[in-house]
Amino acid sequence: MIADLLRAAWRTPGGRAGLVFLVFLVLLALLGPLVLPDPFQQFDLVELQSAPPSGPHPFGTDQLSRDVLSRVVNGARVSLAVAGIAVALSVTLGAVVGLVAGYLGGGVDAVLMRLVDGAMAVPRLFLLLVVLAVASRVPLAVLIVLIGTTGWFATSRLIRAEALRLREETYVRAAEALGASRRRIIFRHLLVNTAGPLLVAATLGVGDVILLEAGLSFLGLGVQPPTPSWGGMILDARPVLESAPWVGIFPGVMITLTVLATNLVGDALRDALDPRGA
Amino acid sequence: MTRVLDVRDLRISFPAPGGGRFHPVDGVSFTLDRGETLALVGESGCGKSLTSLALLRLVPPPGRIDPASVIRLRDTDVLALEGEAPRQVRGRRIGMIFQDPMTSLNPVFTVGDQIAEGVRAHLRVTKAEARERARGLLQEVGIPDPAERLDAYPHQLSGGMRQRVMIAIALSAEPEILVADEPTTALDVTVQAQILEVLDQLRRTRGMAVLLITHDLGIVAGRADRVAVMYAGQIVEEATTADLFARPSHPYTQGLFASVPRISGPVQRLTPIRGTVPPPTAWPTGCRFRPRCPQAFEKSEQPPELLPVGPGHRIRCWLAERAAAPSGSATR
Amino acid sequence: MRRWLLRRALQSLVTLAVALVLLFLLMHVLPGDPLSRLGEGRPLTPEQVQALRDRYDLNRPLLAQLGSFLGGLARGDLGVSIEYARPVTGLLAERLPATLLLGGVVLLLNFTVGLWLGVRQAVRRGSAEDRWLTTLSLAGYATPSFWLGLVLAWLVGVKWRLLPPAGMRDPLLEGGTLTAMADIARHLVLPVLTLSAVSIAGTMRYQRAALIETLRLPYILTARAKGLTDRRVLWHGWRNALFPVLTLFGLWLPILVTGSVFVESVFAWPGLGSLAATAVGNRDYPLLMGAATLVAGIVVLASFLTDVAYGLLDPRVRLS
Repeated sequence: MIADLLRAAWRTPGGRAGLVFLVFLVLLALLGPLVLPDPFQQFDLVELQSAPPSGPHPFGTDQLSRDVLSRVVNGARVSLAVAGIAVALSVTLGAVVGLVAGYLGGGVDAVLMRLVDGAMAVPRLFLLLVVLAVASRVPLAVLIVLIGTTGWFATSRLIRAEALRLREETYVRAAEALGASRRRIIFRHLLVNTAGPLLVAATLGVGDVILLEAGLSFLGLGVQPPTPSWGGMILDARPVLESAPWVGIFPGVMITLTVLATNLVGDALRDALDPRGA
Repeated sequence: MTRVLDVRDLRISFPAPGGGRFHPVDGVSFTLDRGETLALVGESGCGKSLTSLALLRLVPPPGRIDPASVIRLRDTDVLALEGEAPRQVRGRRIGMIFQDPMTSLNPVFTVGDQIAEGVRAHLRVTKAEARERARGLLQEVGIPDPAERLDAYPHQLSGGMRQRVMIAIALSAEPEILVADEPTTALDVTVQAQILEVLDQLRRTRGMAVLLITHDLGIVAGRADRVAVMYAGQIVEEATTADLFARPSHPYTQGLFASVPRISGPVQRLTPIRGTVPPPTAWPTGCRFRPRCPQAFEKSEQPPELLPVGPGHRIRCWLAERAAAPSGSATR
Repeated sequence: MRRWLLRRALQSLVTLAVALVLLFLLMHVLPGDPLSRLGEGRPLTPEQVQALRDRYDLNRPLLAQLGSFLGGLARGDLGVSIEYARPVTGLLAERLPATLLLGGVVLLLNFTVGLWLGVRQAVRRGSAEDRWLTTLSLAGYATPSFWLGLVLAWLVGVKWRLLPPAGMRDPLLEGGTLTAMADIARHLVLPVLTLSAVSIAGTMRYQRAALIETLRLPYILTARAKGLTDRRVLWHGWRNALFPVLTLFGLWLPILVTGSVFVESVFAWPGLGSLAATAVGNRDYPLLMGAATLVAGIVVLASFLTDVAYGLLDPRVRLS
C-alpha cells in the first residue's frame, strides 16, 4: 500500500521532483563526507579568512577557512538524522495515542484528548524553549527525543478521527464478533488502514522538524558546535553577513529546498490518498 | 400542441483517458410539448443526467456538446447562445430540481433567501416583493406556515419539505419547463408519492412541461404521458406510457419490466438482465445491448436506428422489422 | 446557545490549565533546576545561590511550587524576572504592543491578500497562474523565517539602504507623533514582509483547498441552475469555505507566535518574541514561564473566539 502511494506520488511532477531531490540529498549526506574534505580538520590557522566561491571551494569558505560545501553536506547528515528519528518517534506516539483514544472511546478518549488540547495550546517552539532554557546544551540524543515527544499531538487527533471512522466498518465489527482482542484489532486492522495518513503526516513532519531544529540551532539551543547543522551555520554567519554572504546563504537555501521537497512529496501522497482523485 | 422543447441528435463528448474522446450521450432526440410530462428512464451511467444538464448548458468541463446537436426552446437556439445569454435560460425558461435536497441546498442561507434569490436573478422586483413571491411559492408547493418557514434553514426541515423547497426554487423565475432529475430517489417511499403529486399539480395549474428523469419505472406509471428509455447513451425505446407498459418492445425494456418484483402472484426468483452496463468509454459495436440481449441475432452487429413498432412507438432494434403491427402502423 | 458558550468557555479554561501544568512540569523535567546555570559566569557564593533559590521558591516540593505559581497567576502575579529584576507582568505588558502591532499587520495581510490569492487560485484552478502561485506558496512555506529575515535585513537594509534593518524606532529622530508613526511604519516593513511570506503561503493553500472542495458540492450546481451570475455562485461557495478559514485563524496563531520569536530576534523588534528569546539566553525562567503562559492564554482565547465565530456564522451550530 505504501509502495502504491509512492508510485502515485512519483507520477505527479511535484512529487517526482521532491522525491528525486530527497534521494539525492540522502545519498549526498551518506557519501559526501567520504569524498569531501573534513570540515573539522580544516582550520588554516595562518589564514583565518573567508573566501568567496571558487574552484576548490564551490560554496566558498567561512571565516574559519572551513569549506562551506562540506559543512553543508555534513549538516545535511545531522539535520536529516534528527528529523528522521524525531519524526519516527512522533508518528509512533501519535498513532498509538490516536488509535487508543479513537477506538476505546469514552473516558480514555476524553482524558487523552483534553491532554492533547492542552499541549497544543502552547506552540511547539515554546515547549522546547522552556525545556531547553533550563538545561541548554543537551546531547543530540536528548534533543531528538525532546523534539519527537513534542510533535505527536496533531497526528494523534488525525489518527483518532480515522479510528472513530474505522471502528464502524464491517470488518472491524466482524473481528469484534469473532472475539478478537482489542490489541489485535488496533494493530492488525486499524493501524494498517491508517498507514496512508501516517505516511503523509511523517513526510510533512520531516519538513517541520528541519525548520524547527534549524531555528533552535540558530538560537543556540539545538545542535551544539562543533557538530555542524544548517541552523548553526546561519547563526555563525551572522557577523560576516556583509563581508561573506555566501556563508549564510547556502545553508538557508538548503533548508528551503529540503523542506520544499518534503512538502511536495507529502502533498503528492496526500492527493494520492484522496479517494476522489483528480 | 405547442412544442416547447426540441432536442435533436444531442451528443456530448468527454476526453478519454487514453486520448481521444468518448460520448456518454450519443445521439439523443426528443420533444416536449406544453403541459405534458416526458419520462426519461434508464439506469445510472446511461447519460440521462448529462442530457438534462445540456439543456441548461451546464455540462461540466471538460465535457463538450457536439456542435451538430440541436436544442431548441420554442424559437431559441440554446446552443448558439453566447455570453450572458445561457444564464437567461437557467431558471427563467427551464427550472431544474436535483436528487438530494440535503446537499443541493446551501446550508448557510435561509430557505426564503434561496428562493427569493432565484426570483431576483431574473425578474425585476424589490426585495420585499421577492420575499412575498417566495412565500407564495412555498404555499404552492404545499408547505404549511409558509411565512414562518421563509426564515428556516435547510437542516431544520424534513427531507420531503426540503424537496418541496427545491421545487419552489426551480419555479421561482416562472419557467415553462421543469426538469426533475431523480426527484424522489433520496426520499422515503411515503414522501415520494407526495412530491410527485406536487409536481403533477404544478404542471396542471401552470401549464408547464415536465421532463422527469428516473430509473424507477414505478413512478413513471400514471405520472408521465410519454416515456423514453435510455441505454448506453441512446434512446432505445419511446412510446406513450400506456403503450410502454402494455407492450414493452425493446429487449432492454422487457428486461427492466421482468426484473421488477410483483406483489401479486407467487414469489419467484428475480430475473435480472444478465451482464452489466458497459462503461461509456467502451460502448459495444453494433447494437449496444447485444452482449446482454437474449434475442440478439446476426443483424444486431449493425447499429440499429429508431424503428416504428406501433403508433408513436419506436424502438432502436432490428426486431422492429419483424414485428410489423397487423393493423398497419401509422407513424407520427 | 448561551449554555453552549458557557460550556465552551469552561473547556477552554481546562485546556489552559492543562497547558500551564504541562509547561511547569517541562521546566523541571530535565536534571538541574532553573537556577543551576545561573552560577556560571557570575561570581556567586554558595550562600548567595541558596538565598536566590529561596527567593525564587525553588527549595520547596514541586507541587507546592506549582500551587504558588497558579495562585500567583490568579492574582495576576507572574513572579520577578531574574535578569531584569522587575515583575514579569510589567515586562510582558511593555513588550506586548510591539508584537501586537507586528502580528496584527501580518494577520491583516493574511486575511486580505492571502484569502484573495487563495480564492483566485481556486477559481482559476489548473491555470498557469494557479500553478505558479502554488509553487510560490510552497517555497514560501519552506523558507526558514530567521534566514529570510537575515537575508532581507542584509540586502534591503544594509546593502541597498532602503529600509532600516533593525529596531522599531530611530533613536535620533525628532519630530511629532506623525513623524514617529511614519518612522515605526518604515521599521515595520521588513519584519512584516518576512513573517508574511511564510504565513500568507499557508493561508493561500488552505483557502484554495477549502474553496475547491466547496465548489464541488451539489448546492453550487443548484445555484448555477437558478441562473445566478458567476460572482453570486462564488459567493455561495465562499460563504461556506469561510469556516475552514476561521479554523485556520485558530491554527495560524501558534505559527505566527513561533515565527515572531525568530523574526523579532533577527530584526531586534522589541516585542514578546525577542523577549522570550533573550529570556532563554539568560536562563531567566520566571520571565520565560510568564511569556509562555501569556502565549498559551492568547492561543486558547483565539481558539475560543474562533468557536464563537463559528457558532455565529454557521446556522447548523447556532440553532441545534
